[in-house]
Amino acid sequence: MAEPMTAMPASPQPRQRRRLVRDLKAMPGFTATAWLCIVTLYLPILVLIAFSFNENRSVVLWTGFSLDWYAKALENDGIRNAAWVSVKVALFATVISTIAATMAALATTRTKPFIGQGLVYGIINQPLMIPEIVTAIATLSLFALVKKLTGLNGIGYLMLAHAAFCIPFAYMPIRARLETMTLTLEQAAADLYAPPLKVFTLVTLPLLGPGIVAGAMLAFVVSLDDVIITLMIAGPGETTLPIYILGAIRRGITPEINAVSTILVAVSVLLVMLLFIVQRRMQR
Amino acid sequence: MKTVLRLLATASAVAFASSAAMAAGELNVYNWGNYTSPEMIKKFEEKFDVKVNLDGYDSNEAMLAKVKAGDTGYDIVVPGDYMIKVMIGEGLLEEVKPNEMENFKNVDPNWVDVWWDPGRNYSIPYQWGTTSFTVDTAVYDGDVDTLALLFDPPEVLKGRINMLNDMNDVINAGLRYLGYGRCNGNQDELREVLALLSKAKPHWRTMDYAVIEKLTSKDVDISQSWNGAAMRARAQRPTLKYAYPKEGFTGWMDNVAVLKGAPNLDNAKLFINFMMDPENAGLTSNFARYANGILGSDKFMEPEMLSAPEIVMPASAPAPDFVTPCPQEVVDLYNKIWTQLKQ
Amino acid sequence: MSDREPQSALAAAIDQNKRNERVTRAWLLAPALAIILAISILPLGITVVYSFLTPGTYGGVTWEFSTDSYVQFLFQRDIFDDTLVFNSAYVSIFLRSIGLALGATLGALILGFPTAYFIATKPREQRNIWLFLITLPFWTNLLIRTYAMLLIIRDEGIINIMLMKAGIISSPLTILYTDTAVFIGLIYSFLPFMVLPIYASLEKLDFSLVEAGYDLYANRLKVLFHVIVPLAKPGIVAGCILVFIPGLGAYITPELLGGGKKLMIGNMIAMQFGASRNWPFGSAAALILMALVIVVLLVNALAARRGASNNG
Repeated sequence: MAEPMTAMPASPQPRQRRRLVRDLKAMPGFTATAWLCIVTLYLPILVLIAFSFNENRSVVLWTGFSLDWYAKALENDGIRNAAWVSVKVALFATVISTIAATMAALATTRTKPFIGQGLVYGIINQPLMIPEIVTAIATLSLFALVKKLTGLNGIGYLMLAHAAFCIPFAYMPIRARLETMTLTLEQAAADLYAPPLKVFTLVTLPLLGPGIVAGAMLAFVVSLDDVIITLMIAGPGETTLPIYILGAIRRGITPEINAVSTILVAVSVLLVMLLFIVQRRMQR
Repeated sequence: MKTVLRLLATASAVAFASSAAMAAGELNVYNWGNYTSPEMIKKFEEKFDVKVNLDGYDSNEAMLAKVKAGDTGYDIVVPGDYMIKVMIGEGLLEEVKPNEMENFKNVDPNWVDVWWDPGRNYSIPYQWGTTSFTVDTAVYDGDVDTLALLFDPPEVLKGRINMLNDMNDVINAGLRYLGYGRCNGNQDELREVLALLSKAKPHWRTMDYAVIEKLTSKDVDISQSWNGAAMRARAQRPTLKYAYPKEGFTGWMDNVAVLKGAPNLDNAKLFINFMMDPENAGLTSNFARYANGILGSDKFMEPEMLSAPEIVMPASAPAPDFVTPCPQEVVDLYNKIWTQLKQ
Repeated sequence: MSDREPQSALAAAIDQNKRNERVTRAWLLAPALAIILAISILPLGITVVYSFLTPGTYGGVTWEFSTDSYVQFLFQRDIFDDTLVFNSAYVSIFLRSIGLALGATLGALILGFPTAYFIATKPREQRNIWLFLITLPFWTNLLIRTYAMLLIIRDEGIINIMLMKAGIISSPLTILYTDTAVFIGLIYSFLPFMVLPIYASLEKLDFSLVEAGYDLYANRLKVLFHVIVPLAKPGIVAGCILVFIPGLGAYITPELLGGGKKLMIGNMIAMQFGASRNWPFGSAAALILMALVIVVLLVNALAARRGASNNG
């Protein structure tokens, strides 16, 4: 990855300049706000983790420590299957939507403005604009028709539906990234007669990396949280974790759900740590 | 680009094919969430060598919308009383004739000639219960058996009330308190109901389905609730008392039925017969915490279930009122009241 | 910025030929548009059709043309003489939802921008870790997180206990089941939707421009608003859209934290497909909501264009 900072004109006194740059970046109160944000984001998660060890059945009253809920959660076929379906659907939807969104973002920022650009924005953002329940009911009618016509069944419908509403979430950060990215490097590479594909894979894509990561993460989160569309479209054996929880509300949520959530968080932290370690190794 | 497309095609083919691969010996059950005893399901799977897929929904209406669209792939659903009537009327249920099945003799005769399925040609009892409210007697020690506690609360209960976030449950309770009939299209009477509800609303703290959390966290001291939920809440807050208000309260029954066009019809019929076996009904009740309408299931139920005041109604209580589905004009009026109340 | 002109390297390299560019663009747009057209726009067509039909008994629709659903939104038939009278119920539900969504967007921006900036100014190796830290809490389900939130802001919750121990307040603050709780909950639910896009556009911020800014303005706040914010604008706009629109339709948070005593748009519409059994009205209300959102986006786009032409 190229870093414009390093390309700055050499300064007469490098030491001083570096100090100055650090100061330039500092904004009063920003670091404090960021930390406040992090604390706010994590406080509920910490509470949730704590309550997964609660011996009591309640998710609101603490009585004592126990590992019971982990045992129960692991024994509970319903929760286990639901967690697995959730992850499977979210991964598929993230991959598809991020690829599609990246391509679309390139098309809307890296070619000359075109007639109908506004319409394209509108279409890409459409899944955001209408309340889920309406999309859910309408999609349900549509899929029922498709099933009747093709005889195809399965989890593919659910995955595609998730991919559709994940696209705008993935598209937004990627497009924002492309719009702020200067074209200098790409132009330089093109001026050197690098073939377009090479310009793309060696210059554009690495520069775009943070946008893609941000987009993919949003897509993943949005898919994991979806309730209503999933409720309407999921077929037999396709209950996701949110659907399971929704169904359980009237009958009382038990800390089993907290236990599963804690396991999911732990697994994802482990996976990401592993990813970082592998990355480090490869860079070396 | 081409590779990406090919990958996509393969992935989607795999995804679509996955469910077709495991056909024979299956049963797809669509029930309310967290309402099916895993033990009972396991027993069925082992006895008949059938793999059961269990999914949950959160409202009769969500289930209906899905089933109406068609091709859900489900065999068994568990609709509430009025929903059975609706679904029979819309031709969505298979007439499997449970009344000719071997275990039908176990069904309590009181639950055979019901208005939602007279003679039981389509469905069998699953669980039944009541919707009333439950009060903490340590907070309020007066007479609990009146709806006045919800609509004209004593000082100690003001601001400590949870109502169900359900149009029908709230409006029906209001109608009972004023002594008017259910499914009521009389506009003057409904106007009075709206006035009653609007006057009472400032005293309500919340309107939420999560009754057990609201009560056990002591966010509220009185809550509209289903009897099974009241029993669960009492386990954590022993001073709670389930009320049988003299103005009346709702009764309901969820029923096991088979969907028209069920892909595994034979297994579904086996399941219907299986569910009328007292032992299996007992397993369900022990899990879901409601009564079941199958004779002889007592022997298989936990003793605390048999004596729980939430399940065993006192002789003095009025008969539970099973509310029929209302005509659209009435629903439209209810809808207006509800929107006005919550605007 | 010197290269404001929309000259594309990628396209330029392919060919100066416009047709080629159009083909490339079509290919790039194809997957996203195909998925959304098939799975979101086509159903939208169904919604439009539904909104002009008559409600069926027990949900669904009857194939009979009617504009009642749209009339019903603003007016109700008087119970006695059947004349139309203005009905403010739905309008006030819409206004309250819009107000809350706007508030949440502003709150998320005030918290999210500094956070994104903070991450973007971290050393490059650390940035992805920070990004991951921001999204991680959201890998647990919203319902569960909202329950956890409930524990924190309850009368006997962590916040009140801490404030009371610190001697700041003497009796607990009632936050739960008020609009404040909904506001906090919405900001919390949508914070990453604000942070990530802003981060994506700040990450590449050229600090030589900031330096130049200091030469011009010599004041942090002025540099922030005259240099950094304009450069991060695409990210800010994207973030605001991603928070505002889902915020409008949100209803799990308002139900759980607000106590469910007031209807939000999302909830009101969902109700029409459930107990109210009025799919056409639900569809019409959804389309009205969508029209509102489109107006907001158009105004934003126009403002952006005017801003761009002023700059250029």
